Amino acid sequence: MLELKSITKHVRGQAHVEDVNLSLAPGELHILLGPTLSGKTTLMRLMAGLDKPTSGEIVMNGKAVTGAPVRKRNVAMVYQQFVNYPSLSVYENIASPLRVRGVANRKIKQKVSATAEILGIKEFLRRRPSELSGGQQQRVALARALVKEAPLVLLDEPLANLDYKLREELRTELPRIFKGAGAVIIYATSEPAEAMLIGDSVTCMHEGRIISTGAARMLYDKPNSLVTAQIMSDPPLNTIRIKKKGAVLEFDSYRHLDAGTHMDALADGPYEIGLRAHHLGIGAPTDNGIEAVVATTEVTGSETMVHAEFMGARWVSLLPGVHALNAGDKISLNPDPDKVFVFDETGVLVAAPAG
Amino acid sequence: MQKTRDHKALWLVAPALLLVAFTAVIPLMTVVNYSVQDTFGNNQFFWVGAEWYREILRSDRFHAAFLRQIAFSATILAIEIPLGLAIALTMPKKGLGVSVCLVLMALPLLIPWNVVGTIWQIFARVDIGLLGHTLNGLGIDYNYTQRVGAAWATLIIMDVWHWTSLVVLLCYAGLAAIPPAYYQAARIDGASRWAVFRYIELPKMSRVLLIAVLLRFMDSFMIYTEPFVVTGGGPGNATTFLSVDLVKMAIGQFDLGPAAAMSVIYFLIVILVSWAFYTIMTRDDFESSGGAQ
Repeated sequence: MLELKSITKHVRGQAHVEDVNLSLAPGELHILLGPTLSGKTTLMRLMAGLDKPTSGEIVMNGKAVTGAPVRKRNVAMVYQQFVNYPSLSVYENIASPLRVRGVANRKIKQKVSATAEILGIKEFLRRRPSELSGGQQQRVALARALVKEAPLVLLDEPLANLDYKLREELRTELPRIFKGAGAVIIYATSEPAEAMLIGDSVTCMHEGRIISTGAARMLYDKPNSLVTAQIMSDPPLNTIRIKKKGAVLEFDSYRHLDAGTHMDALADGPYEIGLRAHHLGIGAPTDNGIEAVVATTEVTGSETMVHAEFMGARWVSLLPGVHALNAGDKISLNPDPDKVFVFDETGVLVAAPAG
Repeated sequence: MQKTRDHKALWLVAPALLLVAFTAVIPLMTVVNYSVQDTFGNNQFFWVGAEWYREILRSDRFHAAFLRQIAFSATILAIEIPLGLAIALTMPKKGLGVSVCLVLMALPLLIPWNVVGTIWQIFARVDIGLLGHTLNGLGIDYNYTQRVGAAWATLIIMDVWHWTSLVVLLCYAGLAAIPPAYYQAARIDGASRWAVFRYIELPKMSRVLLIAVLLRFMDSFMIYTEPFVVTGGGPGNATTFLSVDLVKMAIGQFDLGPAAAMSVIYFLIVILVSWAFYTIMTRDDFESSGGAQ
C-alpha cells in the first residue's frame, strides 16, 4: 500500500504538485491520467524518491519513506524513452538490477529467463538493445523493471514512443505481466483510451492537483467536473456556454438545441455543456439547425473527423465512414440531446446522460 | 538523345572532379612521380623503381624518427584522452558556468600553431622564460635545448595544453547528448558512479571518443611547427619527428626522391593506423548497426 499525504512540490516558487492525497493498493493497476505538464511525472519522481516533496508525507506499507533516497526505496521505473544499458546484452540488461543486489549467478539465470519468457524476448537475450526494434527495446526495459520484484512499479507513458500496432499489442499484455507481481503499479498516460483499457482505477490530474479518482468507466460516464470530462475525452470534448430556458438550450439568438430528458430537473439559467465527438452528427444546413462552417476534415478511412467553427468555438465531429467536406462548407451540427453533459458555471457536473 | 543526357551528367560532376583532382589527386601523383625517379637537375629524370622506398624502409634514420613519432603520439593520446574525458565529466551541466568553461576551454584552440610554439619557446627559456627560470631557481636542472627529457617534456606539456580542450569539447558534446532518463534509471537501479560511467556514459560517448582519438592521433603524428619552433628537432635528433625529418631531407638536403618516397610511406602509415583505431573502436557497433537508439 502506497500512501501520499498532502504532498506538495514547489520548484522555484511554482507549484508542480499541489496537495495530493492518494492511497494505492497493491495488485492493481492504477492509472495517472492527465495532459502534458499536469504533474504526472513530477508525482512519479516523488513516489520513486528521485525528488523530495516540499511538504507532505509518503508512506510505503506503513513505513514513512518521505526523505529516504531512491537507493533505499526498491522501486522499478519504465520511461517513455527506451532506456537500456547500450553496451550490455539483453541478458545482462535484465540481470543488472539483480547484480547490483548481489544475487547468486544461478538464481539470476533462472529469473532472467523466466522474465524474458513472460515478455516474449527470450530469443533476443544475446543481442544488444540497439539491435532490437523499439517495441522489443521497451520490452527489455519492462523486463528490467519486472525482474526487480520491487513493491512499487512506476510506468511513465511507456507506450508513448511506440507505433500504433506495437502499442495495442503491449497494452493488452501489460496488465497480465504486472498484476501477478503483487506490487503497487502506477501507469501514467495522457490517453483516456489507455486508461479505459488497462486501468483498475484512474486518477485524473490537472495543473498539479488530483481532480477525480475512480473506476475508468465511472469517470467516463459520470465525470464529476468539466475538466475531468475533458481529460476523459479524446477527440477533445466539445463545449459551449448556453442558457437553459424550459426544454430548450439556447446557444445564441437563433442557434438552439432541445434539452434531453436527463435535464428535466435542472432550473433555467446559464450552464456549460459538453458533448463527445461521436455524439455530434452533421447535416445539410437547415433553418433551425446549429449553423457552422467546416474548418478542416481528417479522413482516416474508417472514420472522418470534421472540425467545424461557430460562435468562436471549434467543435469536432467523429463520423463513421468517409465524408467529403471542404473547408468553408456551411453545415448544420446535430448534437444528440440525450448525450449532453451539463456543468454549472463553476464546472461541476449537474446532469449526465443515462449510462 | 542519349548522348546529350550523358554530357549533362558529366557537366554536373565536373566541378567536383576538378576540385578533387587539384586538391588531392594531382599533388599526390606528383609526389608518387618523384618517389620512383631520380633527378640530377635540368628536368632530367631517371626511372629507379622502388629503390627509394627500399632505401627509406632500411634507413636507421627513418626507423629512429618513426619510433620517436610513435612514442610522441602514444604519450599524447595516453594523456589527452583520459584527461579530456575527466575534465568533461567534471564540467558543470547547466547554468552560467557552462559558457564560462566552454570559452576558457576553447581559448587555446584559437591560437595558431607557430604562436603556440613561440609562446612556449620563450616561456620555457632558462635565461628569461618564466617556467625555465623558475624551475632552475628551484634547483631543478631544466634546459630543453640541452636535455632530451626536458625537450620531450616541454613538447608534450605544450601539446597537452594546446589540444586537450578539443577532447574536452568533443566529450562534453557527447555527454550532453545523453537523455536524462538514463541517469534517472541508473539512480533507480542503485548503480554506482563508476557503473554510470562504465555502462552509460562511456558507451554513449564511444562515437565522439573515436573522433577525438582519430583527430588527436593524426594531428600529433604529423606535428611539425611546434617542435620546429621550440627545439628545432634537437637536442641532437631527440625531437626530430617524421615531419621534421622529412623537411630536413626534402629542403635541407634536396633529396627529392627519397623524401617523396618517405612522404608516401608516411601517408600510408597515417591511413593504416587511423583505420586500425577505427576498426578496433567500432568493433561493437558493426555487430549492432541495426536499430536506432
